[in-house]
Amino acid sequence: MTTVLDPTAGKAAEAIERVDRLDSLEGKVVGLLDISKPRGDKFLDRLEERLGDMGATVKRFAKPTFTKPAPVDLRHEIATSCDAVIEALAD
Amino acid sequence: MTTATPAFPLSDGIIAVVKRDCPTCELVAPVLAELSKAGDTVVFSQDDPMFPEGVSDIADDRSLEFSWHHDIETVPTLIRVAGGAETERIVGWSRDQWQAFCGSEQLGAELPDYRPGCGSLSVDPNYTDELEVRFGGSRVVSRRVELAALEDEMEMAFDRGWSDGLPVVPPTEARVLRMLDGTSRDPQDVVATVPPDLNQVTVEQVAINAVMAGCKPEYLPVVLTAVEAACETAFNMHGLLATTMFSGPIIVVNGPIAQRIGMNAEHNVLGQGNRANSTIGRALQLVIRNLGGGRPGEVDMSAMGAPSKLGLCFAEREHDSPFTPLSAERGIEPGVDAITLFGGQGPTPIVDQLSRTPESLVRTFAAVLRNTGHPKLANGFDAMLLISPEHARTFRDAGWDTARLRSELEDLLVLDGDDMVRGAGGIDEGFPPSFAGKPLPKFRPEGLLIAHVGGDAGMFSAVLSGWVGGPKGSEPVSVPISPWM
Repeated sequence: MTTVLDPTAGKAAEAIERVDRLDSLEGKVVGLLDISKPRGDKFLDRLEERLGDMGATVKRFAKPTFTKPAPVDLRHEIATSCDAVIEALAD
Repeated sequence: MTTATPAFPLSDGIIAVVKRDCPTCELVAPVLAELSKAGDTVVFSQDDPMFPEGVSDIADDRSLEFSWHHDIETVPTLIRVAGGAETERIVGWSRDQWQAFCGSEQLGAELPDYRPGCGSLSVDPNYTDELEVRFGGSRVVSRRVELAALEDEMEMAFDRGWSDGLPVVPPTEARVLRMLDGTSRDPQDVVATVPPDLNQVTVEQVAINAVMAGCKPEYLPVVLTAVEAACETAFNMHGLLATTMFSGPIIVVNGPIAQRIGMNAEHNVLGQGNRANSTIGRALQLVIRNLGGGRPGEVDMSAMGAPSKLGLCFAEREHDSPFTPLSAERGIEPGVDAITLFGGQGPTPIVDQLSRTPESLVRTFAAVLRNTGHPKLANGFDAMLLISPEHARTFRDAGWDTARLRSELEDLLVLDGDDMVRGAGGIDEGFPPSFAGKPLPKFRPEGLLIAHVGGDAGMFSAVLSGWVGGPKGSEPVSVPISPWM
């Protein structure tokens, strides 16, 4: 019988519970994260308009570059100042 | 971790270690038989418990447990034990030594004065790794995976998702220990934090994946350095993996280590046929896959991929290059073993069989280089220009060095904004209209890398086009290969 050594990091995927869905956007803060791909801003501008119509306050954020994960400080700021977030993957 | 089996206890008297397959042991067999009559001699036999004839107290050491624990390197070996501890040891046959050791002036009087011994089976390279696993306790801590009795060991990695699509060498403990002999680093040293899962990985874990990739132990320092370099923030391995573009980490090796470990810098340098070239890049990618969690279709969203994603690693042909070695251009002292990591894809050919002047040839290079990514995009994608010896000769004969070549290329690669704006040439891709009339350099200042590779014949060079270069994407990284081999 052959025994081999596990070449993986040996970690199982971790399930993370989703936050509760918002009942209404009225009076809520929605973050819009632009990943800095061309024309993502166009898409987000339109979303901002629509969300404003629905009574939400919109905060805009942008990643410094689309090629890297959002910096931890940015993620923290979004998490602590918004009720919901939409990330734009325009291309 | 398992612990070492306890050292074999020693009983007072004389211990001899022999094997039948040793002419010197055969020669001294009658002497051992004579010592045996005196009663305080035990003979450990490594290959045949019936040998030597006439010895009453033969211990079967075919498992080599005694020999391994007592560091027997030569047979025959004589050990004197007093108070449970070794006090004296001689090896081979020397009549004077044996007579002195045993206090008998007649011992072996009929034998020749001197015969060297043979190698102990316990230090036979075919057995040492298995013996270390069996008796030495283990230096490795990774989880053991026992394959089922009827499981095909070559199918095992596919079934478990550990393979990049090619067969892997099963990473048995003995093979991993042999791989770890390629470095003086502790197996539990942390090498890097590997994206995308940001797992801290150890020398041992990298060694397991290097075994699977097919590496030899002497490649391990290059693999470890490549893993470290790939995980430097500036290289942005996460983005390189996740992008919908093509790129993978390309490894270029400079310095004497390339020749020492048998790397190819010449004919078919980017192709198949050389074990070091083929497996070092693959080992890095297996680390990203198995330890970083970067798998195609998951975090790796490349639309088409590229051969460099399976692994692309080669050495620069330094010995007859008219150019500065890539690593030296990037700040590493010439002659120092180093790697450069570049996020790129496979080769785009540069065919020019007619240019005989550097002025003509450099224009050919520029014409192909300006198409990197797209002829109407600039200052975004890096490129590595690989110059073949026959093309390099044209520059050498005209006295052009790297600085001259770079300066001419730079001038030729300032593009006219009018040709680059959206709509120009009937092509929508391009720069916003405000760039019309402005000069646009094709590459950012550090965005063009140059290396000399390839076989003696063939007037072909190549461009390895890159991913988004610089702080917005991936910066090429050059680092010395740590000298802990």
